[in-house]
Amino acid sequence: MIAEAGLAALWLAAALSLLGLFLSVLHVRGTLEADRPVRALAIVQGAMCLFAFSMLLLVFARTDLSVALVVENSHSEKPFLYKVAGAWGNHEGSMLLWVMVLGLSGAALATFSRQLSSRTLIAALGAQAALALGFHAFLLGASNPFARLNPAAPEGRGLNPLLQDPGLAFHPPTLYLGYVGLSVAFSLAVGAMLAGDVDRRLARAMRPWVLGAWIFLTLGITAGSYWAYYELGWGGWWFWDPVENASLMPWLAATALLHSVAVLAARNALKAWTMMLAVIAFSMSMVGTFLVRSGILTSVHAFAVDPTRGAFLLLLLGIYVSAAFALFAVRAGSLREGAPFEPVSREAGIVVNNLLLTVILGIVFIGTLYPLFVEALSGEKLSVGAPYFNAVAGPLAILLGILLAVGPLLSWRREGRPILRKLALPALFAATALVIAFLAIPQASPLSKFGLALAAGLIPASLVPLIGRNPLRTPLATWGMAIAHMGAAVSVAGMAADSAFTTERLTAVKLGETVSVGPWLVAFQGISPVAGPNWTAVEAELHASRGGGVSVLRPQTRFFTSPPTETNEAAIDTFLNGQLYTVIGRSDEEGRWQLRLWWKPLVTLIWLGGGLIGFGGLLAFAGHARRSWRKRLAQ
Amino acid sequence: MIARPKHQRLVLVLLAAIAVLGAVLLAMWGLKDRAAYFYTPADIVAGKGSDGKAMRLGGMVERGSVRRQSDGVTTRFIVEDGEGRVPVTYRGILPDLFREGSGVVAEGKLGSDRTFVADNILAKHDERYMPPELGNQAAEHKAGQTLKR
Repeated sequence: MIAEAGLAALWLAAALSLLGLFLSVLHVRGTLEADRPVRALAIVQGAMCLFAFSMLLLVFARTDLSVALVVENSHSEKPFLYKVAGAWGNHEGSMLLWVMVLGLSGAALATFSRQLSSRTLIAALGAQAALALGFHAFLLGASNPFARLNPAAPEGRGLNPLLQDPGLAFHPPTLYLGYVGLSVAFSLAVGAMLAGDVDRRLARAMRPWVLGAWIFLTLGITAGSYWAYYELGWGGWWFWDPVENASLMPWLAATALLHSVAVLAARNALKAWTMMLAVIAFSMSMVGTFLVRSGILTSVHAFAVDPTRGAFLLLLLGIYVSAAFALFAVRAGSLREGAPFEPVSREAGIVVNNLLLTVILGIVFIGTLYPLFVEALSGEKLSVGAPYFNAVAGPLAILLGILLAVGPLLSWRREGRPILRKLALPALFAATALVIAFLAIPQASPLSKFGLALAAGLIPASLVPLIGRNPLRTPLATWGMAIAHMGAAVSVAGMAADSAFTTERLTAVKLGETVSVGPWLVAFQGISPVAGPNWTAVEAELHASRGGGVSVLRPQTRFFTSPPTETNEAAIDTFLNGQLYTVIGRSDEEGRWQLRLWWKPLVTLIWLGGGLIGFGGLLAFAGHARRSWRKRLAQ
Repeated sequence: MIARPKHQRLVLVLLAAIAVLGAVLLAMWGLKDRAAYFYTPADIVAGKGSDGKAMRLGGMVERGSVRRQSDGVTTRFIVEDGEGRVPVTYRGILPDLFREGSGVVAEGKLGSDRTFVADNILAKHDERYMPPELGNQAAEHKAGQTLKR
């Protein structure tokens, strides 16, 4: 009954979105006053989606083996957390999660965005209903998560062990909240273009959605990067894998949009550009979903999926994106011109930021899709990886970093203040660091030397906008900006340090032998079998020391029986100045075990920076929320 | 000097166009010699793939071909596809799902002695996952074997 209830709720939600779309068209055309019904429909539709997803969680929690999806992705002996996470750790479940977040954000839009004109809001809800309708069709037509299996299976096949990890259980929902949050920015842009109301009010309504989506994307990407780093056992934190790029592209677009929406809100400028970015940002979410869910790319993450689904998603993508761009082409010319500004001003700085982000986005986009085009045209198979992305996007990212120091010091409208003097000290830090980098670490790549220098200058520079202000009177949004920018600098420091200072040791050792890596001596003290809830493992015992005390690391090779798989569990020990990363490999006839060791100075700064960026976003969000709350109280 | 709105708008549109064009040109320049082509052993035997250029080699690990070298961490094996055989050396810990007779993609370079030096090995991810490019090939390979019988 539970599965049927979930399915019924989905059909009902689809019907409600169709009705909502219909009524909103009538409202926008002025034939029918349907403000309240459309808002009510959006709220009920969101509730139905939430109900359907709860039913899916329930069948997974109970391991109902008469539901095909549970049989495919779960197992009665799996730990409870992964039974629940199994609900979205697969194609159908994750698409239902996507639809649920889409529905809930439509409901939230209907509830909270009262400051917009009725025409704009209802047109935006209509756009949101149209999006929901397409994804409902996809879910019900091509990926029903509630399909029954008759007769029921005696046991499930289990979840891919690589996905049985707390980091990965919560990583996709975080990213989806980001992806779908951008759908609201898209709907608001479409609604405002239809209603002809592109103004500061729209920007103020759009900003919390963009900011929220951007925070989730930031945290999702950071968490995903850390998961790949410790779970895959290869010691890297970014692979330029198409699936990673699928989350990076919306993030780049959202970062540009976040800045241009601020210009629109503060200065009523960059109207058409902001609308276009809102369309592009959600298009990138859809491109990402298409890349991941169609199984079209070779990737460590991509799972072979039936090609009709890919075609269906491509069709949805084509319809929404081309409709939005057509609307943009028709309406962009008639948007009233925004306020003009000086060539050196905060606005101009943000224009340059947007151009750089757009170019980087274009480079990542082309690099990610190029293999598909080549294969479609010539049948040749090829892959584009780190050499391309680092060489082409890296220098632009450094330029963007420099702008990060200058931009926040520019004032709106005109530049009157002597910013060069304020940046003198950070620039001195950066120059010193650059000289030291060239002298002390000649073996490091130029990109990592410039990265280190940039971080050395940018960390102090990000605090400059706070200097001379009363910290309690400084708006939370300003704090948020400073902290987010500092987070970017901290991440850059971690990335550059990892590539410049990492030492690696790959060797085969016998029991009792000691090897060195960086400042560490690592002794191979033991090897023993261990058992977990649904796996057995061979576990090594390593004693690592550098002068002082000893830390013990226990890397494992795990064997899962359902499905039969082996995974490597790296053992990582974190210190203030870096991480010691150990992986155990296979044994040979002579009783030697393969051992891979990395000493990675300052590598944790990468994710610490990601966390700071997210925290900065959160502060800005709280600042805006507090301000609009006060305004509401004052009214 | 504040430009007139219409003028400024034109400048912005031009800048945006230059940015997009710049991205495309940069990307094309970057892709020209940094894209790694995917070859099968049959392609290599037929002379495709120049020495020293990054590429990917995909096929089956030949049964009985895997040999560990005396340093304990270098492995040599042969990748075949029924039409060609290419020797591969790899220094590192092999992925968990690396098996004789199973699909593999090696990333690396072809040496002047036509030995493939891999710096990364990708194996089948789990029972249900296979790199799409290998999936086709495994099916073709199987079909070929059936025909030969």
